[in-house]
Amino acid sequence: MDFDLTPEEEAFRDEVRAFVGQHLSPEARKDPNFLATWLRAVREKRWVGFNWPAEYGGGGGGIMEQVILKEEMSRAGAPPLGTSMMGLQWVGPALIEYGTEEQKRKFLPDILDSKYQWCTGYSEPGSGSDLASLQCRAVRDGDEYVVNGQKIWTSGASFSKWIILLTRTDFGVANKHDGITCLLVEMDSPGIEVRPIKNMAGSSHFAEVFFEDVRVPVENRLGEEGKGWAVTVSALAHERSGISEVAGLISQLAQVVALAKRTQKNGRPASEDPGIRRRLAKADTIIEGMRLNGQRSLTKQLKGEKLSSETSINKLHRAFLAIELGDLALAIVGSASQYTEKMGEADDDLGGWVSGALGWPAVVIGGGTPNIQRNIIAERILGLPKD
Amino acid sequence: MNFGLTEEQEVLRTVARRFVDERAPMSVVRGIMESPGAFDESLWASIADLGWPGLIVAEEYGGAGLGWVDLVVLLEETGRGLLPAPLISTSLAATAISEFGSDDQKTRFLPSLANGSAIGTLAVLEGSDVLGAKGVALPGVSTDGGYRLNGTKRFVHDAGPASLFIVPFLANATISLAIVESTAGGVTSASRRTMDETKSMGDVTFEDVLVSSGSVLPSGGEPALNRLLDLAAVAVTAEMVGAMDRDLEITTQYAKDRIQFDQPIGRYQGVKHPLAEMYVDLETSRSLMYYAAWCATGAPDDLPRAAARAKAFAGEAFMRIGIDGVQLHGAIGFTAEYDIQLYLKRSKWASIAYGDTDYHYQRVATLGGY
Repeated sequence: MDFDLTPEEEAFRDEVRAFVGQHLSPEARKDPNFLATWLRAVREKRWVGFNWPAEYGGGGGGIMEQVILKEEMSRAGAPPLGTSMMGLQWVGPALIEYGTEEQKRKFLPDILDSKYQWCTGYSEPGSGSDLASLQCRAVRDGDEYVVNGQKIWTSGASFSKWIILLTRTDFGVANKHDGITCLLVEMDSPGIEVRPIKNMAGSSHFAEVFFEDVRVPVENRLGEEGKGWAVTVSALAHERSGISEVAGLISQLAQVVALAKRTQKNGRPASEDPGIRRRLAKADTIIEGMRLNGQRSLTKQLKGEKLSSETSINKLHRAFLAIELGDLALAIVGSASQYTEKMGEADDDLGGWVSGALGWPAVVIGGGTPNIQRNIIAERILGLPKD
Repeated sequence: MNFGLTEEQEVLRTVARRFVDERAPMSVVRGIMESPGAFDESLWASIADLGWPGLIVAEEYGGAGLGWVDLVVLLEETGRGLLPAPLISTSLAATAISEFGSDDQKTRFLPSLANGSAIGTLAVLEGSDVLGAKGVALPGVSTDGGYRLNGTKRFVHDAGPASLFIVPFLANATISLAIVESTAGGVTSASRRTMDETKSMGDVTFEDVLVSSGSVLPSGGEPALNRLLDLAAVAVTAEMVGAMDRDLEITTQYAKDRIQFDQPIGRYQGVKHPLAEMYVDLETSRSLMYYAAWCATGAPDDLPRAAARAKAFAGEAFMRIGIDGVQLHGAIGFTAEYDIQLYLKRSKWASIAYGDTDYHYQRVATLGGY
């Protein structure tokens, strides 16, 4: 057991620190072209898609360096390394694992350059937690699939150029996980209609997407016909590792602590209230627990062992914290938290805390609800019978 | 970066599990529970044969010369089996002498602690039940060549079997740590009946007890006391992790075996989800605990925070796991005959020992500058 970095790892960390020190200085941030300059600089460093194969424009980096990079970026409050979020997080890794040579050459460089957005067409009105029951139909017609059906909760659908879409090509299967096919579809294809859905925090990041006789070339199928479920599972597993989120949570907690220190409650700073202190300490401890759980998973990965369902542990902690940190901020601010408009210079950004307290479902429900994570742990790790 | 155990540590775990299963199964544990003090000399002799009391004592003093990460591997296993033995107490007393004692004190006391012929413990708490320097009021009155102690230490782990106490006392408004042997004139100790009968506790009274200056740990001030209490918290947490692990194992097996409404109850999400939560809490406690144990020598400045986080989180987790373990069994879990109740009782003991969750979360907040 050893939590220290090797000299090589320390050297890489110092390189990242020096880079962010230079590119994220207050002066640099004032530049109107700051974001564009930043994106170009990290791209030149090959830090976008850091662990993707170098032949497709990735960094070809190791797991440990990847973690160091993410940690240092979060610690510095760096902007994202690219703007094609779904592309970098989900679509790219799935393409690397299941894509044809042509698909990799066509899509991966564009994702790394954040040329356009991707969205993910998974959930349907009748298929949420039970995703494999999906009904969106794709029928082969010559060199094309013809898609009919509906998707929902599709984040970023209204401004995405492509969608990674799960369809059913075989309705006669005994096991519902079979007969699913993954297609890559251009969002401006004739027959696609997007209807944004307003969420409870007031924004419209997700949408319903309707497909009517949408024609998709066969070469845009990702993986084999009928084997699309494996593509989904790999992408979901990638999303659950959670290591990179910890540094972000640490800075989120620091913001709540700062809020507690500058907010008076019962005639003293809220940070002196034992109840508030206990909640801050518990959040602090769970974040540290996530960091260490992540390091245990990382050790397995470094030894070449496959990660299994244990990543659901951090997903559950993440869900707790997403709700708790928002609610803790409300408890600190008190009645004033109910005003959603900024009341003047002296006030905090109250609207920001409100969206924090109402924005949690994106984290808690997206990628599998907490109860689905509990099912996964109980069935796959504890070996309890499936329900 | 490597958050894994060495091959030697895996072997230690295997040996320890086999020993606990074969030498001290629950039937043996229940027998030892009958005696006040929860101490069995022949079991302790078997443990001493394995070298466990001296696991972290340096080899030159007859120990195995291993570290805290090794010790917590062992304590996870003793915790799993609720093994009644003064292993944590003796390790802590040995740590006090190893880290803060003089060469003479090490030569005199460590070999007998390492081979199990002496049993040591920390005697810290007093009537105020305040953990740490603020709770130390036992006066040491200066006399020729030493101090005289008058007062009582309470809730002392393994007070009955212990032959050696590490005693913080107050003289000239400073805290010192004394080595006091149970045979010294004026020392009386008595085991009390405890809620968790696998754990031994009692009070120790000092009546005009003479402590020579040679029996005071030369580096044993308040920082030493704080470090010992942090290590104590880590040790108890390690046993908690082992006990939680076994509690989850027993309850999961029951959920697979028990049929109601024509199904194993483990098929129902009302049973399945609490078990999953137990797993989440167990593994997170384990991560926090192992890091704290590594900090003991790997990052001593980070030990207070790491120990406080581990004890706070695991204490709360074990309280819930103890209750859920019994509750998921239904009425059978409430019987004396079923072992699951012993884990519930252990949770009540361990969550309080060396600082409860509220205490340690307040420390986490303070240490974090909140």
